[in-house]
Amino acid sequence: MQDIIVSELTQAFQQMARDIAHYLPRFIVMLIVVLIGWVIAYLLKMFIRSLLRLTKFSKLSENAGATLLLHQAALPSSTELVSRFVFWVAWVGFVLLGVSVLGIAGLQEYISRFFLFLPRLFVALVILFFGFVAASFVSRAALLAAVNANFRSSRMLSAAIRILISIFTLSMVFEVLGVGEETMLIAFATVFGAAMLGLAIAFGVGGKDLAREFLEKRFAAAGKEEKEDELSPL
Amino acid sequence: MAEGTLLTDDFLRQIINVGEVDIVVGLSTHNHAKTIGPLTAAIQAGILKCFPRERVAIINADGGSQDGTPELVAKASIDDTWREAKVYALRTLHSISVRYARAPDPGKALQTILAAADLLRAKACVLISPDSTTFEPDWLQRLIRPVYNDNFDLVCPVYTRQRSEGALVRNVLYPMTRSVYGRRIREPYGSEFAVSGRLATDFLGNGISNEDWCRMGPEMSITIMAVTSKYKVCQSFLGIKPHSTRDAHDMVAVMRRTVGALFSSLDSKFSFWSAISGSEAVPSFGTPVQVELEANRVNRKRLLEMFSTGVVQLEGVLRSILSPPMLAELQRIAALDINKFEYPAELWTKTVFEFAASYHNSTINRDHIIQALVPLYRGRSLTFLTENRDGPEQDIQTREESLCADFERLKPYLLEIWADRK
Repeated sequence: MQDIIVSELTQAFQQMARDIAHYLPRFIVMLIVVLIGWVIAYLLKMFIRSLLRLTKFSKLSENAGATLLLHQAALPSSTELVSRFVFWVAWVGFVLLGVSVLGIAGLQEYISRFFLFLPRLFVALVILFFGFVAASFVSRAALLAAVNANFRSSRMLSAAIRILISIFTLSMVFEVLGVGEETMLIAFATVFGAAMLGLAIAFGVGGKDLAREFLEKRFAAAGKEEKEDELSPL
Repeated sequence: MAEGTLLTDDFLRQIINVGEVDIVVGLSTHNHAKTIGPLTAAIQAGILKCFPRERVAIINADGGSQDGTPELVAKASIDDTWREAKVYALRTLHSISVRYARAPDPGKALQTILAAADLLRAKACVLISPDSTTFEPDWLQRLIRPVYNDNFDLVCPVYTRQRSEGALVRNVLYPMTRSVYGRRIREPYGSEFAVSGRLATDFLGNGISNEDWCRMGPEMSITIMAVTSKYKVCQSFLGIKPHSTRDAHDMVAVMRRTVGALFSSLDSKFSFWSAISGSEAVPSFGTPVQVELEANRVNRKRLLEMFSTGVVQLEGVLRSILSPPMLAELQRIAALDINKFEYPAELWTKTVFEFAASYHNSTINRDHIIQALVPLYRGRSLTFLTENRDGPEQDIQTREESLCADFERLKPYLLEIWADRK
């Protein structure tokens, strides 16, 4: 009986020693990959940070209104955020690569799915950035045009344009990420339709005086104003 | 050369038929049927009176008129003119019209006229505004003689203006050009001006084809190029500048092709203007016309409203352009009552300089910077109107001179913020 126990224990320990001997090199390889990955990710982060500083990315981000959003959300600067993002994506990539060396069957699928997801994540981020740039540029252009045309609700118009473009951008981002595609599409259509209907009702019913004033100013009183108000600049 | 792509085959054929000329008179038109007839007659009378021996061609660059303006210019006969003037031309007076585009584009029109002058090997090219209802035949002589006889390259006009007119020229273009480029050219953006053949050729070959700012506002740029390239520049007293509201309807477009071109030129000409301090007069010909003109009615309340609304609504945009103390000061004056409102000269000067520095550093989109200046310009115009409403002409000139002195005195401030504004 004692011999059997000793034999079983010996076998178990031998098996464990074989398993450890089998996995240890892989584990060490994983650690090396993770460590090298960290170094590469860190170098990549430094490179991206320098590149973004060199190309004045923060100014572009400021112009796009992204800096303000980040500041309001108590997040670091856009340059820092992008470089940190690159670091984490690169390092997580290496960690997963290291884990795949262990040869754990169930993990392989998740790892390959993660790597397949990366290009979509990148595209989504690019869309998000340029969406914010477009929203900021177009809303500011609308604000300036409205102010110079002496339109009273210039800020409201500008904000409405910014919100619409942002919603449109977000719906595109979610579609690319494959997150709640249909929900986002329906939500976007509903919000857009409701906003347009709301604006139409507001302008037609609530703002009928404003509409009348606008049309009168535009057409009926144009001649009178030309005579009285225009200041020759040149 | 620009001519290759700019001029149509038909127009080139007409120019080849003309051959060579001594003087080109350029007219840039768009639906000017009402004024073009008398103006063409006055130009012809001026040619007969002052340049009977010279070979002259009138080049009309039309921007898609629907009222038959080009036909009126092309059909203008010299017979009627010389019968009345009892003077005979010794040369044929050619008159050519070309439609350079379907919509008016002042820059392209100027380019077309200068390209034609270049091809015709004209010694002098004079540009006349089709809005000039006060044009007199003598104006031609005053503009062309310095180029034709005295070897000048650019002759800018000096007008007698109604006291509320020319707010942009008097508050930005003249003081800033004078302070930055160091030459006292009263009308850097003239409706009428004359250029020498060599300046026209240089402007077409090196200016408009190489420099962005020349394409933005060629009329303004030709003055800047003449000054910075050390061409001989002078000015000539012409007469009364007629009231025109054509440009007033689209203030943003006017700003782009005047202030935009001026701001843009500062980038590439930094080494030239940064070394200049003070200013020097340019030779002037003729004598100023002293006439008291009736003031136009301007809605001052509307100007204040547009300024105040602009400062409030554009707060976020202005924060990207102006320094915090400057913005705070603008917000303070925007809240003032119309009777107490004043946009002081020094504040205005610093505003313009901060806009120029922000434009240089592209703190936001450059076109947006120019657009954001429009409401502030309206505020300054209101002060300009209020100050010039009453009082003798001498006081107006004193104030104008004082504003220019402020621009010159504060030029170091522009240099200081030039590189710093990020």
